[in-house]
Amino acid sequence: MRLTLRVWRQPAPNAEGRLVTYTADDVTPDMSFLEMLDVVNEGLTEKGESPIAFDHDCREGICGSCGMMINGVAHGPMKATTTCQLHMRSFKDGDTLTIEPWRAAAFPVIRDLCVDRSAFDRIIQAGGYVSVATGNAPDGNTLPVAKGDAEAAMDAAACIGCGACVAACPNGSASLFTAAKLSHLSHLPQGQPERYRRALMMVAQMDEESFGNCTWFGECQEACPKDVSIDEIARMNRDFWMASLFERDEKVSTGTG
Amino acid sequence: MALFWASTVGKKLVMAVTGLLMAGFLVTHMTANLLAYLGPDEINAYSRFLHTTPEVLWPARLVLLASVVLHAVSAYQLSRTSARARSEDYAVHRLQVATIASRTIRWFSVLLALFIVIHLLHFTSGTLLPGFLEGNPYANIVTGFQTQRGMAVFYLAMMVVVGLHVYHGAWSSIRTLGLSRPKAHPLVRPIATIVAIALWLGFSAVPVGVLTGAIRPAGDTTYTAHAR
Ligand code: HEM
Ligand code: FES
Repeated sequence: MRLTLRVWRQPAPNAEGRLVTYTADDVTPDMSFLEMLDVVNEGLTEKGESPIAFDHDCREGICGSCGMMINGVAHGPMKATTTCQLHMRSFKDGDTLTIEPWRAAAFPVIRDLCVDRSAFDRIIQAGGYVSVATGNAPDGNTLPVAKGDAEAAMDAAACIGCGACVAACPNGSASLFTAAKLSHLSHLPQGQPERYRRALMMVAQMDEESFGNCTWFGECQEACPKDVSIDEIARMNRDFWMASLFERDEKVSTGTG
Repeated sequence: MALFWASTVGKKLVMAVTGLLMAGFLVTHMTANLLAYLGPDEINAYSRFLHTTPEVLWPARLVLLASVVLHAVSAYQLSRTSARARSEDYAVHRLQVATIASRTIRWFSVLLALFIVIHLLHFTSGTLLPGFLEGNPYANIVTGFQTQRGMAVFYLAMMVVVGLHVYHGAWSSIRTLGLSRPKAHPLVRPIATIVAIALWLGFSAVPVGVLTGAIRPAGDTTYTAHAR
C-alpha cells in the first residue's frame, strides 16, 4: 500500500505548527498504525530530518499513551480500538490520512503529535483514590461485592486515560474521563466513605483545568477505545448534586472553588 | 449554593431543572391550544380562568421568567467555557454520532428567544396583531394566522426548532440529572422523542387548522353547527 500522510509538525510547545505531507510506501495491511509511523520515521531519520514525535508505550491497548486524530476521528476509524491496536487494513491503497494531535486548551501540544495530559493526573490527584489503612492484604471475600457492582466498576475502570474523549468532544470536555474515574470507585464498597466529597473535588479540578462543559453530543463514548459509557457522566452529575444538596459539611471541608 | 453555581456541572443542573420546567409549560400550553379545535368557548374560558386567577397566573409567569433567565445565562456562560476549551480546531474533524438537534441547539436557541419576544408581542400584548381582542385568544389566533400568513409560516418554522430543541434538551436534562436508566446508544431516547414530536405536531396543528379552515372565525355558522 502507498499512502499520503498529512501530519501535524510542531517543533516545540509554543512554536508555529503546520500540516506536512509525506508519502508512506511499502505499507502492509498487517502493520499497526504506529508501525507504519515507525517506518515513515526511519525514512525521515535516514534523510536527516527529525522524526514525527508521538506518544506510545505498551502498544497493546492498555497504557493509554498513544492517541491521535486520524482523518478527524480520535484513534481512527475502528471502534473501541486504540491507535496502537489499529491496523493498516482499515485503510485502502492510495488513501490520504490527516493526522493531528489531540486538540484542547487543557492539552497543550508538546511536540508534533504529543500533548501534555497532566491535567488528567491532577483530576485524579484531587480525589481519585480511597483512603484505607494499609497493611496486609485482606482475606478474600471479607468484603463481599455483588457481581453486578463489580462488573459496573470494571466497566468504568476500563478507562486508560488516553484523552480521546476530550479530543473528540466539540466542547473539549473531560466529563467522560472524570466520570469514569469517579464511577470505578463509587460502585464499590471501598469507594463509599469519600464518594460525595470525591465527586465535588474531582469536578472542581476538572473545571480548574479549562475543560469545556458536556452537552451530550455523545462523541466521547463513540471515540472511547474502551467503550466507557456516557451513563457514567449521568452518575457523576447525580453524585455531584447529591453532594451539593445533602453533604454540606463535607463540602466545606474540601475547600474547592 | 455559590459553589454549586460556580461549577460547570452545577450550572448544567440548573439548565436541566429549568429546561424541564419550561418543557412542562410547553406541554400544558400546547394542550390548551388544541382547545381551539373545540371552538371559541373552551379556549376563551381557559384564558379567562388564567387571567381572573392571578394566584395561578403570576406564580407561573414568575417561575417561567426565572427559568428562561437562568437557562439562558447558564447556557451562555457554559458555551463560552467550552469555546475556550476548544479554541484551536482540527483541520479535519468528523463528528460520528452528534445529532442535528444537538449541533444546532446553541444557535437555534437564539431564534427561540426571538420567537418568544415576537410571540408575546403578538398574542399576549397584541402589539403585533392589528385587530387584537383582549380576552379573546380564539379570535386572535384566527385573525393572526388568517391575515398574517407570514406569521403563520414563521410559527410553523419555529415549531420545528422547538421540537429539535426539546428532542435534545429533554433527553439531555434527564441525563444531566442522572435520572435515566442506562441505554446502550445515545439515540435511544423514547421520552424525549415522544415529547418533542408531540410538541411539534400539537403546536403546529393550530396554525395549520386556521390555514386549512378547520378552525374558523367564531361567527361562521358552518362552524357553530359543527361545534354543537
Ligand atoms: C403555534 C404555536 C403557538 C400558538 C398558536 C400559541 C398561542 C398563544 C396564545 C394565543 C397566547 C395568549 C394566551 C392568553 O393570553 O390567554 C400565548 C401565550 C404564550 N405563549 Fe404561545 N403559542 C404557541 C407556541 C408557543 C411556544 C413554542 C412558546 C415557548 C417557546 C410559547 C410561549 C408562550 C408564552 C410565554 C405565553 C405567555 C403566557 C403568559 O401570559 O404569561 N408559545 N400563546
Ligand atoms: S501504546 Fe499503550 S495504549 Fe496504545
